Amino acid sequence: MTIIELVFYLFSTVLTLSALAVITVRNSVYAALFLVLAFFSSAAIWMLLEAEFLAITLVLVYVGAVMVLFLFVVMMLDINSERVREGFARYLPVGIIVALIMAGELMFVIWTKGAEKLPLLPGQTDAGSNTAMLGERLYTAYLYPFEIAAVILLVGIVAAIALTHLGRKPQARYQDPSRQVSTRREDRVRIVSMPSVVADQQEEDEA
Amino acid sequence: MTAVDLMLALPELFILFMTCVIMLVGLWLPRDRQGLISFMSVMTLVFAAIILLGWDDSNPSAVDYAFNAAFVRDQMADVLKLTAFILLGAIFIYARQYLRVFKMAILEYHVLSLFMLLGAMVLISSASMLTVYLGLELIALPSYALVALRRDDKRATEAAMKYFVLGSLASGLLLYGLSMIYGVTGTLSLAQVANITSMGNNTVLVLGLIFVVIGIAFKLGVVPLHMWIPDVYEGAPAAVTILISSVPKLAAFAMAIRLLSDGMGNMQEHWMSMLVVLATLSIVLGNLVAIAQSNIKRMLAYSTIAHMGFMLLGLLTGTDQGFSASMFYAIVYAIMSAGAFAVIILLSQHGVEAENLDDYKGLNKRSPWLALMMLMLMFSLAGVPVFAGFFAKWLVIQAVLDAGMVWLAVLAVVFSVIGAFYYLRVVKLMYFDEPDSDEAIIVPADFRAALTLNGSAQLLLGIFANILIALCVASF
Repeated sequence: MTIIELVFYLFSTVLTLSALAVITVRNSVYAALFLVLAFFSSAAIWMLLEAEFLAITLVLVYVGAVMVLFLFVVMMLDINSERVREGFARYLPVGIIVALIMAGELMFVIWTKGAEKLPLLPGQTDAGSNTAMLGERLYTAYLYPFEIAAVILLVGIVAAIALTHLGRKPQARYQDPSRQVSTRREDRVRIVSMPSVVADQQEEDEA
Repeated sequence: MTAVDLMLALPELFILFMTCVIMLVGLWLPRDRQGLISFMSVMTLVFAAIILLGWDDSNPSAVDYAFNAAFVRDQMADVLKLTAFILLGAIFIYARQYLRVFKMAILEYHVLSLFMLLGAMVLISSASMLTVYLGLELIALPSYALVALRRDDKRATEAAMKYFVLGSLASGLLLYGLSMIYGVTGTLSLAQVANITSMGNNTVLVLGLIFVVIGIAFKLGVVPLHMWIPDVYEGAPAAVTILISSVPKLAAFAMAIRLLSDGMGNMQEHWMSMLVVLATLSIVLGNLVAIAQSNIKRMLAYSTIAHMGFMLLGLLTGTDQGFSASMFYAIVYAIMSAGAFAVIILLSQHGVEAENLDDYKGLNKRSPWLALMMLMLMFSLAGVPVFAGFFAKWLVIQAVLDAGMVWLAVLAVVFSVIGAFYYLRVVKLMYFDEPDSDEAIIVPADFRAALTLNGSAQLLLGIFANILIALCVASF
């Protein structure tokens, strides 16, 4: 067993166990954290395949962004795990059937095609790192689709804002910093000259 | 990528640039100056048309590829893009007053519409499966948002939700099909897919083709993937309905040509039978259900379904004659539909959608000009001779006859006669019934000019049909 295989089995074990933990632990925050661990382990396996770009994006996008969002939602919603579990026995048969079908399909693919016949990853060339190669293809051969994808994201932003932004309501109160800064003492403080009679009266009373 | 590539896609780049400019300018425009956005958008389209026509002097019939064969410019692309520019320009003019009356977001409407146009252009000029999909999404996303633009309207948001869910499903199915085709051929380029499929068929390829046809059928809105059309047409504001019923139909036609003819022309025997079923069902169901509608938007929605069925008649023959007939049909239909919805927009100027057929009673007494325009549009939609719609139907039926499918041609003729009933009912309401209200119809000058052009185009395109037909024939 080479060192690479050893590392592979190590990460695979962690991946499988953490994936199992995601669906078995009771606390949903723990489940989310185990999912992070699963993502990390799969990123490491990508690394072993020299697909470092995929590994980095997996960590950046899923662990960095998606999972944080997930945790956020889990913590905000305060999901009652007891109630979620109520239907477990009821859903179990269906779940087992689905799992069996999926396992059967996987077996079918492996048996009919033969595991050794599954296409291997295209061999790495000396042209440089995987990330550089992907970047180069993306900005040369696939520039046009790449730019359209960027426009689609822009449309997403415009559409989301158009559908949620209410505009400034006329009766809403808001601050105008420039007016705040340019205000003068005369606008805020009114000096009232009061007759001093009252004070004199008080002094007399005390006396 | 070279400068030549950029030159080929210059209209697209210009539209994108100007959309961003309009978006930024619109942010700083005071509320009472929003009319400028509409003006800038129309000017953008005018200049885009000039750019499109301007550089094209060398050889219009040439086919040029750009961006690593992801983009193609040919005559079909030019003609369809030009039609889309003209239509969208007219739609912006039609929508100006409506948007103000209904207090809709003017800037967002124009920006999203221009993005939708960009998507249509990408799709029309696509030469790879990747650009087909991206163009499709670029059309779909702004459409969903546009339908929901009037958020306080329950029907509009419901329509948008249905459109979004069904549209995503259709995109997913199309993507599934494209990935199967990619899996078999190992290439994204449609030209290479055509090369590889010429060497023989493969079951997975046919399976992929089925999903691709489903995707196309959804975008065209033909039976059995038509369920979204009536709800969306009815729920969306009229100024948005006019958009989704015109420009995307041109793009959907181009998508069918790119995928089925350019990409999988060798598998014609497979997609032909599917299209026959789709076309037959659409023509039958669209025309029959339209008769029962009392809401004119729903009626036009079912009429769309029927018309797209007719359009498929030309496509399914798989001949150049059929393709050019379909292209003529798609262009004429987009113009007719824009005109018909423009009349609805104009009648909705008092803040209530004029969507019931009864709103059209005695229109001739209220505005003889408007009634005449609607008359021409309805006659053209019905396929009355001399009008453009007649030649469109005639050409596709001719193509079907030449392909030897007599029963299909007979069915098309019978159902276009049945369909004439509900178009003529509108004419009867306008000319022979007494009006319910005598509210004056105020028509802005630019609206009047655009609609006059749109209505008389039905007659002119009918009388001088050979000009457009020649352009369509030269495209294939």
